[in-house]
Amino acid sequence: MSIAEDAAPRKPGFRFERWAPLILLVGAFAIYVGIALGTDQAQYLTFDNLIAILGRSIALGITAIGQTFVILVASIDLSVASLISATAVLASVVMDGSPAMILPAILAALVLGAVVGLTNGLVVSGLKVNPLIATLGMSLIIQGCLSAFVSNFAGEVPAAFQVFAYGEIGPFPLALIFLLALAVLAWAVLRFTKFGSDIYAVGGNEEAARFAGIKTGRIVVLSHVICSVCAAIAGLYLASRLRSGAPWIGADGVYDLESIAVVVIGGTVLAGGRGGVWGTMAGMLIFSLIDSVFNIAGVDSFAKQVLRGIIIVAAVAFYAIRSKRIVA
Amino acid sequence: MTDRADPSGARERRRLPQINPVWVLLAALIAAIIFMNPGFVEPTGYMNFLKRAAPLAILAAGQVYVITSGGFDLSVGSLITLVVVGSSMLTNNDPAATYWVVPVMLGIGVGVGAINGLIVCFLRVPSLIATLGMMITLNGLAFLWSGGAPRGYLPDTFRFFGRELIRDVPLVRFIPVSVIVLVVVVGLFAWLMHRTNLGRQVHAIGDNPVAARLAGVAVNRVRITAFVLSGLSGAIAGILLGGFAGVSTDVGTGYELQAITAAVLGGAQLLGGRGSVPAAFGGALALTAIFTLLNFLGLPQPVRQVVQGLILIAAVALAMHRRKQTGT
Repeated sequence: MSIAEDAAPRKPGFRFERWAPLILLVGAFAIYVGIALGTDQAQYLTFDNLIAILGRSIALGITAIGQTFVILVASIDLSVASLISATAVLASVVMDGSPAMILPAILAALVLGAVVGLTNGLVVSGLKVNPLIATLGMSLIIQGCLSAFVSNFAGEVPAAFQVFAYGEIGPFPLALIFLLALAVLAWAVLRFTKFGSDIYAVGGNEEAARFAGIKTGRIVVLSHVICSVCAAIAGLYLASRLRSGAPWIGADGVYDLESIAVVVIGGTVLAGGRGGVWGTMAGMLIFSLIDSVFNIAGVDSFAKQVLRGIIIVAAVAFYAIRSKRIVA
Repeated sequence: MTDRADPSGARERRRLPQINPVWVLLAALIAAIIFMNPGFVEPTGYMNFLKRAAPLAILAAGQVYVITSGGFDLSVGSLITLVVVGSSMLTNNDPAATYWVVPVMLGIGVGVGAINGLIVCFLRVPSLIATLGMMITLNGLAFLWSGGAPRGYLPDTFRFFGRELIRDVPLVRFIPVSVIVLVVVVGLFAWLMHRTNLGRQVHAIGDNPVAARLAGVAVNRVRITAFVLSGLSGAIAGILLGGFAGVSTDVGTGYELQAITAAVLGGAQLLGGRGSVPAAFGGALALTAIFTLLNFLGLPQPVRQVVQGLILIAAVALAMHRRKQTGT
């Protein structure tokens, strides 16, 4: 593949790929402002409203941060949606309304996430199963097990835990600050640690990374664990937000495919090795801005779906079209 | 290959892996079904089985082209939905309309495939994202077209393909029309894949697109053809499914993943270079046989999901293991 790529040495200076997510974000924001002013609904431009827009996509953002890690190592995780449902149900069943059980419930959810991620990672790196198939299979298994046990809202989240979704620090929702902290943490890990640079190395060229002495299997497994733990956190957030766990919340939000779309719109390459967390955050903002634009403009919900599909493809095409590689 | 006077034992060992394991799996599953339900050996038993398997088998035959060429087609499931909903809107209970609605639907299938291929080739969007966007778009279109609540029936002339039987056939007493469609389509796809230049070129671009291009393969044209064939198979499967399932907006849900599963069970290699239409047909039959068997055992839907997930992972893990052993 690399024969066709990089035929000409890259010019220093402005690098389009790097700024594409930001350009898209600015474009989406401009459209949002334009539509709001154009339809005479300036009330949508207040600070509170912008915060509210962000608040709607926190679960997607948390999941997408995890997804960034697996996509960076050239893997993918389709099991996040069912894992979100599973952890939300598990947490709310363990809590069952009693504040004393909050800590055990959080631990149980995180452990479930870690175990699923560990299994995914081992199947992908140990058995060499294509990650798409491995995590798709895992998703079917989780969803099957889950719907064998629960078919409706299960358990109850005590008021003390609902703070996670509804609490506020000053004008900012607690969950938004949490998301920001998570993104900073992920950025720091990717930017400053050896593990972070190993991730880029493995994603860029696994063979070369192995010859350079990196334990590639371990990096892949660890990335999958991070992704699944992030999905578990998203599950906890949704349980707190809905005040109970339901076995369909993950599938309803299409968190598996949407988180992948967000990551890719944010400029992280599906083939691995290039991209980062801030692009993912930009992708999440673009997604929620688009949704708000549709809401303000009063687009019919089915037409909204059609436009959404087109926008995902168009956004990826926006920078992919410049690559000289043959894609499949 | 230098010494042709191999001891027969060594030759035996080399020939053994040439039987695709999917046929062994299928034989075992059919034996199990016959054991559970002796009526299966009657024409009613196996013809109904083939009839039920027909849409999936046709889809898998189309999907193999895209997978072998190195991509994915996630849009076929919602294409089925669009075809079923669209035919019910277009025929509008008029039996005479079938004669032009069927070609229109096949045209839609070809068009959707062509758009997928063009997006992948010229906008350079990875097929996972491109067909995902198409899936979302087509689902939205199906809703939009039907106004959210599909109405009416498909006329009997339309349901002919999925439902009718041709009676008084010697030897087997009757043949469902869908089985004839199945044999013709799979036969045609298999011929195209394994006996023509196109098939060889599909394998070539999946294995190494740069090498294929240097060898003079029109990579884009072949890739677009692969997507068109997949879209066409989706439209045919939709017409068959319209015959035996009712009109609803979720008839096609999940079929894209089942088609990929069937192709993978048949030994198709994800990300390209290896795939066989007859084996994918075998994979589709095996998958349907598994579902039939689980039905006989009285297992509920969730268990079916878990089993499908486990089989998916196990099949790919086994294939990778064999590949490592044979060193290819």
